[in-house]
Amino acid sequence: MATPRIIVVGGGLAGLAAVIKIAEAGGNVDLFSIVPVKRSHSVCAQGGINAAKNLKGEGDTTWKHFDDTIYGGDFLANQTPVKAMCEAAPAIIDLLDRMGVTFNRTPEGLLDFRRFGGTLYNRTAFAGATTGQQLLYALDEQVRRYESEGKVKKYEGWEFLSAVIDSKGVARGITALDLRTMELRSFPADAIILATGGIGAIFGKSTNSVVCTGSAQSAVYQQGVTYANGECIQVHPTCIPGEDKLRLMSESARGEGGRVWVPRTAGDKRPIKQIPEAERFYFLEEWYPKYGNLVPRDIATRAIHKVVYEEGLGIDGQPMVYLDLSHIDRATLDRKLGGILDIYEKFVGDDPHNVPMKIFPGVHYTMGGLWVDFNQMTNIPGIFAAGECEYQYHGANRLGANSLLSCIYGGFISGPNALSYAKSLPAQEGDGGHAAELTRQAGINSSLLKNEGTENPFKLWRELGDVMTKHATVIRYNKGLQQADEKIVELLDRYGNVNLSDKSQWANTSFAFARQLKNMLELARVVAQGARLRDESRGAHYKPDFPDRNDEQFLKTTKASYTGDVIGPRFEYEEVDTQYIKPRPRRYDVAS
Amino acid sequence: MANKTVSFEIKRQASPDAPAVWESFEIEWRPGMNVISAMMEIAGNPVTADGHSTTPITYDSNCLEEICGSCAMRINGKARMACSSLVDNLEQPIRVEPLSKFPLVRDLQVDRSVLFENLKAVKAWIPIDGTYDLGAGPRVLPQEQEASYPLSNCISCTCCMEVCPQFNEDTNFVGAATIAQVKLFNNHPTGRVLKEERLRALAGDGGIQECGFAQNCVEVCPKSIPLTNTISDISRDVLLQKAKDFLRN
Repeated sequence: MATPRIIVVGGGLAGLAAVIKIAEAGGNVDLFSIVPVKRSHSVCAQGGINAAKNLKGEGDTTWKHFDDTIYGGDFLANQTPVKAMCEAAPAIIDLLDRMGVTFNRTPEGLLDFRRFGGTLYNRTAFAGATTGQQLLYALDEQVRRYESEGKVKKYEGWEFLSAVIDSKGVARGITALDLRTMELRSFPADAIILATGGIGAIFGKSTNSVVCTGSAQSAVYQQGVTYANGECIQVHPTCIPGEDKLRLMSESARGEGGRVWVPRTAGDKRPIKQIPEAERFYFLEEWYPKYGNLVPRDIATRAIHKVVYEEGLGIDGQPMVYLDLSHIDRATLDRKLGGILDIYEKFVGDDPHNVPMKIFPGVHYTMGGLWVDFNQMTNIPGIFAAGECEYQYHGANRLGANSLLSCIYGGFISGPNALSYAKSLPAQEGDGGHAAELTRQAGINSSLLKNEGTENPFKLWRELGDVMTKHATVIRYNKGLQQADEKIVELLDRYGNVNLSDKSQWANTSFAFARQLKNMLELARVVAQGARLRDESRGAHYKPDFPDRNDEQFLKTTKASYTGDVIGPRFEYEEVDTQYIKPRPRRYDVAS
Repeated sequence: MANKTVSFEIKRQASPDAPAVWESFEIEWRPGMNVISAMMEIAGNPVTADGHSTTPITYDSNCLEEICGSCAMRINGKARMACSSLVDNLEQPIRVEPLSKFPLVRDLQVDRSVLFENLKAVKAWIPIDGTYDLGAGPRVLPQEQEASYPLSNCISCTCCMEVCPQFNEDTNFVGAATIAQVKLFNNHPTGRVLKEERLRALAGDGGIQECGFAQNCVEVCPKSIPLTNTISDISRDVLLQKAKDFLRN
């Protein structure tokens, strides 16, 4: 038979990892990306990538990495794929090293490792404070090599619009939009892999990049793909608030000794250096003596919220706390954290070598995502997913430095599985549904361009972000979540009245954005309603009215299906695979 | 009292063939705002300073933290990243234009794919045997890592090419960014296997000999990559390679 043709959508770590495996195995790949793949959001990851290589003589093992990951995720992740990922991690680090990643080194020339949140081991390999950039480039370079050999064709500047699904419910390709010429086209494929990242944009401002809208995931969700654990959204404790986005201040700042504190006295007017140690409230160290500043992100985020909103101790009465590195010598900071300290100085104007940084939590990571089986395939045959856009590896809270690992691992699993699926795929009947899907997409496009309403899509988006951030992030109440869902319904209604201020057919960014916005709105309902239904607190999902984890009722994966009805998604719940580690209470304040 | 505002003049061009026009905008000032946040404001309310309706501005952007390399443009005449261009540090009216050395797409968006083609031409990768488990990579001393790391920080923004007097159609010069990647991969214990091919790629048309040592590249680089030192090192390597190839033939 002919060589299978696989489409990979998204050129971050997961997408590129999948492409490399497929090309290496002799498959043909078409790689679609909104941005040149080297500019994908993976580039933003800072701190590092976890693997239990035990190069520090601490007795670390892949089992301990597995246990930390499951425990950190509050037991919501299926254990079989997480265990396999942790076992694969040391070899993945070796491979990245062979690809030329400029990992930091020990004096002997070996890989250096540092500590990250939610573990007691030095398990995180790192390349300065730009690990994501270095990893993305390494995979990008390998893909460029395959591209130059003709095994990979890149479609950069194309946006995925939908899957093409045949009369038997099997994926046969995609439709996509050329963001420059605005041409709509369909592309045939025997299998497609979505590797389209997180959904930060539905919260307005987040640490995510501009392209992280969740539009592709939402499009296939609306075509019948199940979406899992949508309510599991990570709010990172340490971000730099900004006008256009929230910029991440890496967990590695705490891994290298950074301390979080506020003055014990509200409104303390003294210059920072004149506040003596005894009058500084190192609240993470006091509340969590074992892990200290390196508690997992959900714990640190809630602690900062409590200090600011319940105890009223935010700096100058503002929602901000100090993240302090100024006690560490300059050379060490530059060697291990240079990149991120430069960013802080560039965007804020203060030098973190000398003064503590001012930080606050911000939406950061999407633990939930497209439901996939252990082969990374969704419930629609031929649609695979890998990376942040799927739900599999992090449960209800992701540990720092596990994302780069899960993206690469998920890509490595999905690529070969998509290829073997494609090899046994029966030939399609007729055109496989291409003409019908193109017609449907052309209809959506032309009605959007013809609309003569009064709503500006960018303003609607702002309203969405405000309501989601207010009700569906750190602290959640059912009443607020209900209000959020009602607001989304209102926004969906107003979306019907959208008027593009640009109706041209050349590099029209408002048009592309308006299409994304519809998908963001549909996906936001999955998040808000999923959160409302989960009446417990687990990992990043926290409800003061239900402060405890409730395994009896909710040790289950949330699965949302699109109905097209105004009521919103249909929800069902699936048992979690807990065959290796028995769920136990998750506490970081005492030894466990 | 009127709120404090920020004045912008933005160069607009609807398509490569359309005429360029300048549009003025008055944007409400907010603490910490950058050039990107001003353009986001315009998208939400696309009206010029004199009250005319216009279209949202087309520009490339993604990470907004100066690591993806997307939002390079000319701001007050200087090639730089729009995300890290804080309004408070800029003289007003803030004049924003597209990079001038690359084919224009629309408004502030240009086509910089030439850099990625250059990276192909110099084989900017490590030719690994395969992705299966072949054990640990080569040992690398910390000093070697510290020398390579700055080069691997290049974000492909192309600012160094924009400001280079030699980067133009007459010379076909590859530009500093590509030369820095040659050094990065030639220094790597495994990447070295392609060293001669990379040097030969820089010896031909548009190669390293086109560099006029204007030193604009190193001044403009947002990642402070030691570009001129790198070009000197690789120039020497290219000359040695040429001599070797001459003697061999």
